Amino acid sequence: MEHYLVAMGVTAGIYAIMALGMNVIWGMAGLINLGLVGFFAVGAYASGLLTLKLGWPIVAGVAAGAVAASLVGVAVALITVRLRGDYLAIVTLGFAETMRIVMSNELWIANGTDGLSGIPGPFRQALGPHGFNLLFLGIVVAATALLFFLFQRLDNSPFGRVLRGIREDEQVVQVAGKNVVMFKVKAFAVGTAALGMAGALYGHFTSYIAPDLFAPLLTLYIKLSLLAGGLGNNIGAVVGAVLVVFFLESTRFIVPFIPEISAVQGAALREILIAVALLLILRTRARGLIPERLAQVRIPPSVPASLSLKP
Amino acid sequence: MQCSVPLEPGRNSALLEIRDVTRSFYGVSALNGVSLTVPGTGITGLIGPNGAGKTTLFNCISGVIPPDGGRIVFAGRDIAGLRPDQVSNAGLVRTFQIARGLPRLSVMDNLMLYGADQPGERVLPALLRTRASLEREEALRARAIAIAGRLNLMRVIGNPASALSGGQKKLLEIGRALMAEPKMILLDEPVAGVNPTLAREIGEHLQALAREGLPILLIEHHMDMVARLCDRVVVMAEGRHLAEGRFEDIANDPRVQEAYMGRRWRNTG
Repeated sequence: MEHYLVAMGVTAGIYAIMALGMNVIWGMAGLINLGLVGFFAVGAYASGLLTLKLGWPIVAGVAAGAVAASLVGVAVALITVRLRGDYLAIVTLGFAETMRIVMSNELWIANGTDGLSGIPGPFRQALGPHGFNLLFLGIVVAATALLFFLFQRLDNSPFGRVLRGIREDEQVVQVAGKNVVMFKVKAFAVGTAALGMAGALYGHFTSYIAPDLFAPLLTLYIKLSLLAGGLGNNIGAVVGAVLVVFFLESTRFIVPFIPEISAVQGAALREILIAVALLLILRTRARGLIPERLAQVRIPPSVPASLSLKP
Repeated sequence: MQCSVPLEPGRNSALLEIRDVTRSFYGVSALNGVSLTVPGTGITGLIGPNGAGKTTLFNCISGVIPPDGGRIVFAGRDIAGLRPDQVSNAGLVRTFQIARGLPRLSVMDNLMLYGADQPGERVLPALLRTRASLEREEALRARAIAIAGRLNLMRVIGNPASALSGGQKKLLEIGRALMAEPKMILLDEPVAGVNPTLAREIGEHLQALAREGLPILLIEHHMDMVARLCDRVVVMAEGRHLAEGRFEDIANDPRVQEAYMGRRWRNTG
């Protein structure tokens, strides 16, 4: 049971990193990116291939996974720059599916549907399964904490102010003198870097990745994390991700206690339970468990009396 | 912090010059080669019946909609076809007819967003909290407080823009434009939908700004406001410049009356 909890903690951490990345793009800048899992896959494959085939150290592989996902993020942002709302959602969803299908069929890249196995993990042999899981939990928690700290700074910076402005009214931000396209691309670059990093960590943890792991359902789980935790703030993103993983896993244990249902029905029931939980949260707390707060306004003690337009 | 308003030697020389600007939407032309000039001082009113093309002209000037043709010269530079952010950074800042405060941002953030040259808007300085970005933030905050104080928005500075009254939203529109340290501001119906007392107050703010050297071009439908505020009035009709001059002269111009009221039906039979 302890092993299981540790593995669940790692999953929660990886979900939290994805939720933090998604929050920059969706929560702050208001851009609906349904291609999350595609960037996650780019990070996982980039790091997996570089460490397996070229013998790169794992740290360098994870960094390269983040950079690769970020570059793809910039490309997708530039392609979709004129799209908003539903259209952006559809194109990014298409991007993620395209990634999955290309990786399934282009056998020369990463063995197609057989996937990549034997991706190295840090000190996997030396520590044994349980020790390795514990070490990885430490790594994932540290990575989540670092990203949380960095994204918190971004959120409270003038950069974050412009992104939140774009979310509210793009044209006003343009008239405010900001190059909106540039800011959207930057939001994608930063957010998708976190998604790629999560993917890379995932590969090194499980040692195996294959295209069917990167199905759209994962994107929806992260969206659900943000909605439940509170869209637009980093604490909400982390709390929501942990909650979603906890809920996904705990429903596993409820199902066997329900009499007269088969395993297939049980799996379906889990999905229903998750849907009901989301509905309950949205019904009672529409803006999530921890709603986004208005930035605190600080007024310096010496307030200039009046404004002169003259220099 | 500088908020200079360069007053060129010839005080009546045009700061904004619009020449033969055209724009059509799906074959319907909104602007039929409009030409007009706005001096670098005082308040210029832009009036005309509904559908005359006033707001379209504002959109073309501010870059929100690119013009199909013509020249728009601001402070000696052709700005036709530039993006809205480039026009604003050139010193020409507009407001919107329906006040568009960013609802989930505080009044303070709404104001500070319009501040130019903030290095903290780039990712790396934002992450590192560089000194330049923090100092610029303090300067912008001081300016925002000064503007909010001047426009009676201090009481609501920490409120979300969505919680403001209609009149306060109009004031915030003006305040945001001032934050950008403009050389000229374009106001699209600054008192539309505002109660008469507040409308008078907004008018006084505008007159004070103009006195201090900030030229204003405004669209307005309240003729008493136009008469009281504007030093000069330009009349547009059917996408063209129709007439211009002092309000009294304009009001008595039969062409203007015809544009507003329509042609009197004369029985020719």
